Amino acid sequence: MAEPILEVRDLVKHYPLTRGILFKKQIGAVRAVDGVSFALDPGETLGIVGESGCGKSTVAKLVVNLERPTSGVIRYKGEDITRLSGRALKAVRRNIQMVFQDPYTSLNPRMTVGDIIGEPYEIHPEVAPKGDRRRRVRELLDVVGLNPEYINRYPHQFSGGQRQRIGIARGLALRPEIIVADEPVSALDVSVQAQVINLMERLQDEFGLSYIFIAHDLSIVRHISDRVGVMYLGRLAEIGSDAEIYEHPTHPYTQALLSAVPLPDPTAREHRDRIILTGDVPSPANPPSGCRFRTRCWKARERCEVEVPELAVPEAFRGLRGPAAHPSACHFAEERQIVPAGGGGNGEGRDSRRETQ
Amino acid sequence: MLLEVRDLQVEFHTRDGVARAVNGVSYAVDAGETLAVLGESGSGKSVTAQAVMGILDMPPGRITGGQVLFQGRDLLRLKEEQRRRIRGAEMAMIFQDALSSLNPVLTVGAQLGEMFIVHRGMSRKQARAKAVELMDRVRIPAARERVDDYPHQFSGGMRQRIMIAMALALEPSLIIADEPTTALDVTVQAQVMDLLAELRRELNMGLILITHDLGVVADVADRIAVMYAGRIVETAPVYEIYRAPAHPYTRGLLRSIPRLDQKGRELYAIKGLPPNLLRIPPGCAFNPRCPMAQDVCRTEVPPLFEVAEAPGAAEGRRSACYFWEETLHG
Repeated sequence: MAEPILEVRDLVKHYPLTRGILFKKQIGAVRAVDGVSFALDPGETLGIVGESGCGKSTVAKLVVNLERPTSGVIRYKGEDITRLSGRALKAVRRNIQMVFQDPYTSLNPRMTVGDIIGEPYEIHPEVAPKGDRRRRVRELLDVVGLNPEYINRYPHQFSGGQRQRIGIARGLALRPEIIVADEPVSALDVSVQAQVINLMERLQDEFGLSYIFIAHDLSIVRHISDRVGVMYLGRLAEIGSDAEIYEHPTHPYTQALLSAVPLPDPTAREHRDRIILTGDVPSPANPPSGCRFRTRCWKARERCEVEVPELAVPEAFRGLRGPAAHPSACHFAEERQIVPAGGGGNGEGRDSRRETQ
Repeated sequence: MLLEVRDLQVEFHTRDGVARAVNGVSYAVDAGETLAVLGESGSGKSVTAQAVMGILDMPPGRITGGQVLFQGRDLLRLKEEQRRRIRGAEMAMIFQDALSSLNPVLTVGAQLGEMFIVHRGMSRKQARAKAVELMDRVRIPAARERVDDYPHQFSGGMRQRIMIAMALALEPSLIIADEPTTALDVTVQAQVMDLLAELRRELNMGLILITHDLGVVADVADRIAVMYAGRIVETAPVYEIYRAPAHPYTRGLLRSIPRLDQKGRELYAIKGLPPNLLRIPPGCAFNPRCPMAQDVCRTEVPPLFEVAEAPGAAEGRRSACYFWEETLHG
């Protein structure tokens, strides 16, 4: 296997909590990201799922260098980019671009589409000489499926889906190798979501892009991702290929998360394995000791209180081959099938075998 | 029938012209039944609900036709004073965004209690006791201690429970829930939907669930009405519509969602965009996006056809498509 294009090790981001105006005093920290490690291979899509406040968006900001980590390493092609500055940082940023969630607020309403998509060239003029930029922008509009004639229009003249295409075109302008997309379709209507997802997949093939795709919608993440990481309270609970996570989850949080997703199939009502979690996610300013999920976990025992589970293949599965043997940060990891395999009437492909435990 | 909406029409007068948000919507809900109204933004699903509740902003909105029969009475003919007495006591609404629907400067106890003071003439003390009881009922932990907290002191899921408590306070016979779980995380969404379904069963209420989420609908609804550009394009019992949709729009929606239980190939995408309500296409509003559109679709507005999967089998299904048979079997 090729060397990963991006490697994240023990990434930590704490936001200080202060008290007082004149004499500021740090009274604690929001531990938004608290020890996250993963690798991204060239041409791969890594999905990161989790609920609000789990730190997935902070990971995105750290990877594209919009925020500096408190500690940890982000290696792009082997080079730690967290300590770079000046010219070297600029060069790296060119290759790691971001697509934002909200197509309504991430585009400047007073700039034309041409200026928005062309703006990256102002910062990185070496990519496109001045005389060539309009042509490039038109090309990009065409690539994302918008009429190149629209180059002089303003964002408000477009629908949500079209605006997200503009955001994607801007992300592509510098021909990056990695695109970090933070909830790129969650603000869109169902019928438009599919268009944008198909576009992102086509662009990935066409330009050989690597994606980090962050979303709370587990169905969309499964659709687009090769591998998936599940985050809870600033840490990864489980990571693996899409089949490992969705069909053979071993972490209780992943299992609960999967079981809570409503399936668009009324016949799944009866034979689904539902795990309804009690309570809310604890505050990241004051996370539980040991395993962070233990306050909501039905399996929690004393060990979970004192010992932080590492993200590694659990003891029970070590030495075994097969889809259950993937990294899972649980002391008592067990395989449990949650998602009925196959799917319902409108699906195609898979056989409709169903097993419930 | 608990609630029957007949041929409802709502317009909005804007600077750019008249937006026809609801163009002749009819649906009915019985006691104990859950009707899901499914649609994308601009389909008119929320406007219809606001007209039913009597909370539509008028102007710019205007109800230009139709009836809203609640337990046989046409609400649209009642005086505002009479409607206010029905609202909250006999029908109640749950909104998507609990934080902006609750008053930030009043304690949740005061807001819950107000229902009993205004509608039931209770004393403050009695109302407070009722508020605690309600918070218990929607399973807010330590209700007695938290009754004097303010909305911002609760998490999103807990706030939505308070909204549900408020809607249920006077044990109405109809609840309208407009995207009640859209702002919530999935694990919390499951808790709240379960709670809502359980209380609906217990109190034998009718529930209108307005949503864009095909998963939520499949989980809880008995019947579905699919809306597009201010009209109902298909209505059917939930099992039938997922198994064999009879309108190309419904079919497109079902095909276009990624599935948790399947690794996808390319997603089916409905081409184009939902129409601008100021310029709804003539004929069937879906025709510019429809793979099956023929000449007739571009000129004639299709009525709601009775759909029978097998000849003679009446199932209470309707589809506003000239080619529903081809869609159903295709």
